[in-house]
Amino acid sequence: MITLNINGKDVQLDAPEDMPILWALRDVVHLTGTKFGCGMAQCGACTVHLDGQAIRSCVTPVTAAVGKKITTIEHMQNDKVGQVVQAAWSAVDVVQCGYCQSGQIMAATALLTSNKKPTDDDIDAAMSGNICRCGTYPRIRAAIHEAANKLA
Amino acid sequence: MNSPLNISRRTFIKATALAVGGLVIAFSIPNAKRFLLPGIPEANAAEEGNKLPTPNAFLRIDTDNTITVMLAHSEMGQSIWTTLPMLIAEELDVDLSKVKVMHAPAAPEYIHTAYGIQITGGSSTTWSEFDRYRQAGALTRALLVNAAAKKLGVTAESIKTENGFAISGDKKISYGDLAEAAAKLETPKAVTLKQPKDWKIIGKATKRLDGPEKINGTAIFGQDIHFEGLMTAMVARSPVFGGSVKSFDASAAKKIKGVQQVVQVPSGVAVIADNYWAAKQGREALKVEWNLGPNAGLDSKALVSEYRKMAATQGLTAAKAGDIKTASAKVTKTVEAEYVLPYLAHSPMEPLNCSVKISKDACEIWTGTQMQGTDQQAAAKILGLKPEQVTIHTLFLGGGFGRRANPAADFVSEAVQVAKAAGVPVKTVWSREDDVKGGYYRPMYLHKAKIGLDANGMPATWEHTIVGQSILLGTPFEAFMIKEGVDATSVEGVADSPYLKSVPNYQVSLHTAKTAIPVLWWRSVGHSHSALVMESLIDELAHTAKKDPLEYRRALLKDHPRHLAALNLAAEKAGWGKPLPKDVFRGIAVHESFGSFVTQVAEVSVDKGVVKVHRMVCAIDCGLSVNPDSLKAQMESSISFGLGAAMQSEITFKDGMVEQSNFHDYKVMRMADMPKVEVYIVQSTEKMGGAGEPGLPPVAPAVTNAIFAATGKRIRSLPIGNQLA
Repeated sequence: MITLNINGKDVQLDAPEDMPILWALRDVVHLTGTKFGCGMAQCGACTVHLDGQAIRSCVTPVTAAVGKKITTIEHMQNDKVGQVVQAAWSAVDVVQCGYCQSGQIMAATALLTSNKKPTDDDIDAAMSGNICRCGTYPRIRAAIHEAANKLA
Repeated sequence: MNSPLNISRRTFIKATALAVGGLVIAFSIPNAKRFLLPGIPEANAAEEGNKLPTPNAFLRIDTDNTITVMLAHSEMGQSIWTTLPMLIAEELDVDLSKVKVMHAPAAPEYIHTAYGIQITGGSSTTWSEFDRYRQAGALTRALLVNAAAKKLGVTAESIKTENGFAISGDKKISYGDLAEAAAKLETPKAVTLKQPKDWKIIGKATKRLDGPEKINGTAIFGQDIHFEGLMTAMVARSPVFGGSVKSFDASAAKKIKGVQQVVQVPSGVAVIADNYWAAKQGREALKVEWNLGPNAGLDSKALVSEYRKMAATQGLTAAKAGDIKTASAKVTKTVEAEYVLPYLAHSPMEPLNCSVKISKDACEIWTGTQMQGTDQQAAAKILGLKPEQVTIHTLFLGGGFGRRANPAADFVSEAVQVAKAAGVPVKTVWSREDDVKGGYYRPMYLHKAKIGLDANGMPATWEHTIVGQSILLGTPFEAFMIKEGVDATSVEGVADSPYLKSVPNYQVSLHTAKTAIPVLWWRSVGHSHSALVMESLIDELAHTAKKDPLEYRRALLKDHPRHLAALNLAAEKAGWGKPLPKDVFRGIAVHESFGSFVTQVAEVSVDKGVVKVHRMVCAIDCGLSVNPDSLKAQMESSISFGLGAAMQSEITFKDGMVEQSNFHDYKVMRMADMPKVEVYIVQSTEKMGGAGEPGLPPVAPAVTNAIFAATGKRIRSLPIGNQLA
């Protein structure tokens, strides 16, 4: 048994030590908002926060999260920056198929938490690890700028 | 895609009471013929459907005022979850934001009004449902009005409807309160649809109804299905297409904690486990010896050489006019070119997956699919069930792009085989590596063209030979879409090009190559290669004739007003002919596909061989735009998808195997490479066309034409990659 803090709650789960956080979330705890896209930190669909930092949960074993706080998309409505990001996503109507958007929102929230006024270059640097096959990139950029304005 | 079946567009509409006291509106299409797989008997589908109205409905109103719209098509990003309810809400006079939306099951009632099969594809949902969904709304409103008139003792004409209420003077009754009475009334024979001038919803930029759940992580995709007892399976498949299992040793795999079973299935060996991680580790530990079969020597470079040899001879005629031989004498200049376009994977963000639960006389399937009917039949055939014993639950699709519309029902069939062999409910999942290596690709194509210009620099002769695999050969579409050996999707965009209409002598021919590589439609189908070739050739002709590429197109397209409208709007908004920043150059391309006309203008710089696309300006004429904001989103999407492919994507083969495996080597568009995008909509009352695909074809040639303007180098193969380095 391993104890993980997920969205502010300690959860005991039966997971092997090498199991990536992604699969502990999805297959053990059944929090399915965090998505599987590539399994090798190439697409960002699995992005969650570990102590506030954006990480790729598909390559991070559960042992790396012991004693730390895992935050997922399901908790963003309780996150001060996350709320603003989600509202901006809605205002710009970013989503299409939607599958990558949990990861996009987690990456954008981490960016805006550490950088209140990101430039386009900052957005490129922070968001280029998150693939969207529907090509919502222009709207993601617009939504991040919109959220930054609201946070200012 | 053309209409493979000429079925009646006339639909029977039927209103029925719900057991719980609500109203349900069902449709059936008389004399509709379905595509059936061999061995599937044709039940009298339409009539059976009429007997079973409850699930086979388009719209239901419950007594608690819940309004539910059933989608005959799948939501995969294109916003049909919003567009189809908009059509109903317009006629029904309800608040769109309060409408509940559900994917329809697989049933004859939901077959495409033009294609005769339950499918989401061909950029056809909006135009093909424009009448049916508005009728459903209007008919329901008429029933509710009649019920209100009866209840209030007034004439139906004196009642107006607003926001889910029937109103007469100062009296207001909610639709929910009228539903039960309305269900008992006779269904009107005809209804009058609103005039466009009275539309309050259609034509207005409208927010997506699936936005909130896709923003907060609660939207359920196929991958997210979970219920007690559901196992996860991964299948080890032959590394070479056409290979088979010689033997396997599951002992190490079975030692992995969480692995429950290892079973052989037709497509390989399935490892069934408690969760994905265990299944993945189990599959890695599994030892399989393969019969690689006859394709172990498959090699992309050799295949290109083979195609080149084939292109040296004339193929089967796809289009022809005049007499090239005689006309060639009058030609003053000749342009000859060869274009090669690679195999491409769809790689939707959600890897393929399908959950299957089999019981004695029924099967339930949960997946994201674009072809419910075909999947249902394929599952029924495997299990020896009737199609109606197979229930398909369609979840949100994490992207489709054509991959989830497979006439061979590949990933659904495999998942059914796995669940059948395992004897337990199983979700069969593909890794990204399985997706990239596992096939169903946009076929590789080689085009060879020789064009003769007359003294005015205009094309007088056009010889064009296309070589590539057929998507439709061996599928139920073959009978309708392959004529005299020519697959319409192999030559679309060339054989029917408007440019050829102004060329007195032309010949378009096709060699259909056969390989073991499984191929499928990929966003914009044949246009995904033909537009690059045609628009590059036209650009080259313009430069050869020393004419402006825009003016040259205008001259050739003078009798094609919708092409011209898209061309002129994009050119104007892009500032064609006006100065650009230093080292930035423009390219333009226009193409018709799926009934819509799109122009893309690219602004590109090339610095030390590195291509940077700075800005894309797009104009589309698709006739009426039901939701202009989702139309714009589809253009943005097409630009991203098309640019990623043009710049970086390719699937190649060596020693029979796919050389790419994941997003590090099957490269796609990312944020840093995405240009600024501007989309303009031609205000049009012309025939409605599609939106999901037509933006894509002109993207690549606009960029390569800009590269020519920047460097003088004509890009003749994709991806552009480091060709300029």
